[in-house]
Amino acid sequence: MTSTLDDAARTLDATELAAVRADFPLLSRTLRGGRPLVYLDSGATSQKPEVVLDAEQDFYAQRNAAVHRGAHQLAEEATEAFEDARDRVASFVGVSPGSLVWTSNATAGINLVAYAMSNASLGRGGAAARQLALGPGDEIVVTEAEHHANLVPWQELAIRTGASLRWLGVDDDGRIRVDELDTVVTDRTKVLAFTHASNVTGAITPVGAFVERARAVGALTVLDACQSVPHLPVDLTALGVDFAAFSGHKMLGPTGVGALYGRRELLEAMPPVNTGGSMVEVVTMESTTYAPPPQRFEAGTQMVSQAVGMGAAASYLHELGMDAVAAHEAHLAGLLLDAVATVPGVRVIGPTDTRGRLATVSFVVDGVHAHDVGQVLDDAGVAVRVGHHCAQPLHRRFGVASTTRASAAVYTTDEEIEVFREALTGVRAFFGLEVS
Amino acid sequence: MSTGSMEQLYQQVILDHAKFPHGKGLGAAGDLHLHTGESHQVNPTCGDEVTLQVDVDSTAEGGVIIRDVRWDGQGCSISQASVSVLHDLVVGNDLATVDQIGGTFRALMQTRGAGLDDDAEETLGDATAFTGVAKYPARIKCALLGWAALTDALIKTGARESS
Repeated sequence: MTSTLDDAARTLDATELAAVRADFPLLSRTLRGGRPLVYLDSGATSQKPEVVLDAEQDFYAQRNAAVHRGAHQLAEEATEAFEDARDRVASFVGVSPGSLVWTSNATAGINLVAYAMSNASLGRGGAAARQLALGPGDEIVVTEAEHHANLVPWQELAIRTGASLRWLGVDDDGRIRVDELDTVVTDRTKVLAFTHASNVTGAITPVGAFVERARAVGALTVLDACQSVPHLPVDLTALGVDFAAFSGHKMLGPTGVGALYGRRELLEAMPPVNTGGSMVEVVTMESTTYAPPPQRFEAGTQMVSQAVGMGAAASYLHELGMDAVAAHEAHLAGLLLDAVATVPGVRVIGPTDTRGRLATVSFVVDGVHAHDVGQVLDDAGVAVRVGHHCAQPLHRRFGVASTTRASAAVYTTDEEIEVFREALTGVRAFFGLEVS
Repeated sequence: MSTGSMEQLYQQVILDHAKFPHGKGLGAAGDLHLHTGESHQVNPTCGDEVTLQVDVDSTAEGGVIIRDVRWDGQGCSISQASVSVLHDLVVGNDLATVDQIGGTFRALMQTRGAGLDDDAEETLGDATAFTGVAKYPARIKCALLGWAALTDALIKTGARESS
């Protein structure tokens, strides 16, 4: 199960945290005016430890070759590195390597599921794929908290298949309305797609309740695990979801690679989406038979060095221990919330308690646009995200067009959050607004 | 708190225009002899938006004059102040002058904060205050949002054909 942040046992001590930071070359650089970097934008993308950079470098320097073809030694070694990375990432999220498909990012993973369902709805994949088919009268359920990546693909799938799109609301605390599950998720629901943790509010979703309801009505679950996998211990098998997507670059790995987990029986029944080389068995001029998963969904030359980098990132996090990572970040979440609470005129969009949330805190500063807040923080060396964070409906729910988001990661320190707090304290005064 | 680069970016002129914007508030369409064009522009990265209406009229000499600009929007101080300054710069000017001002402002945004010559500063007036914005590539779009709306709204008036 996902551990909530409250019950984690061990955290990182000061020595361990210093050692972690020393692993990330970028964290020691300075910005305009010689200011040290305070990186609070890990929700957008994380920084990378040396082991990840080395893994990619080493792959190209020593083992680069085409994978899954060629009889030469380099091809063997490249294939081994590629599949070893799959093993590492799969084991990191508690699934078998045969159920983990490489994708170019999490968005591509979610789209892969949506387009496979589209193809199944057209009859591709035959009788076995009928469990993935949708049509008029069927419903897809999402939530108001979704990143556009877990909303727009489902809007499009609904249009293509004639199914309807419904959604669960979000309460004033920024948490998905679990109480709406019984009324919104019904016998008509074929897909329930939801985020494990909001990239805006930081709220962690009680996955168990969603899976239970989906199973009761025979719907498939699709989990956006982008924000959870880098920050919490995640066991997708124990969570019981049918599909889950996450990206490499948010979990200390490279860009250009992500992973899609699919329950093996579903992947085996699923028709392909991208077709071409490397995903076939027998090709004649008339027709083609397809490779078993995961290769069936990995058409064309893969992002091998990035996959190797993502594997190294998974091992790095595994060695730190995700319980310790989660405990450290739970501590940071408390500090971030306290920091924001001490500054007059600042309102949090999301839960204001540390229970069941990430160290991702979005807020509005009364009278100052998020872009201007971010600019003043940048002047203090503090990197935050401003805007709608690819979640316009969630912002609309709270009546704001944009927010400022501070998001921490395993390498974030107490001192950095103090620099952030001090810089935030000066924002309203800078724009000539009352400070108390 | 600041090294002064924030003061360079957020010049008092910008803060004042952001706080007390000129020409803000959409109105009914212009008189019968006027042509009104409207444009809605969005900056998809931050969700900032502006709706701008422009009234044009033909002059006795056969040119085109900007009678009025009205706008509404929400966004950062740079984007809001820029539309307010735009209002002051273009209302009452003929199309050729407005094109020259707009072109100069776009050129200013390409200077990475170095600014343009004295002639250009004279053309731009208050808009010279946006010089510092050009140092921050992410903010140039904010400053140009209103100008993009003006360009589009002017096309919609049909004035481009007659100029």
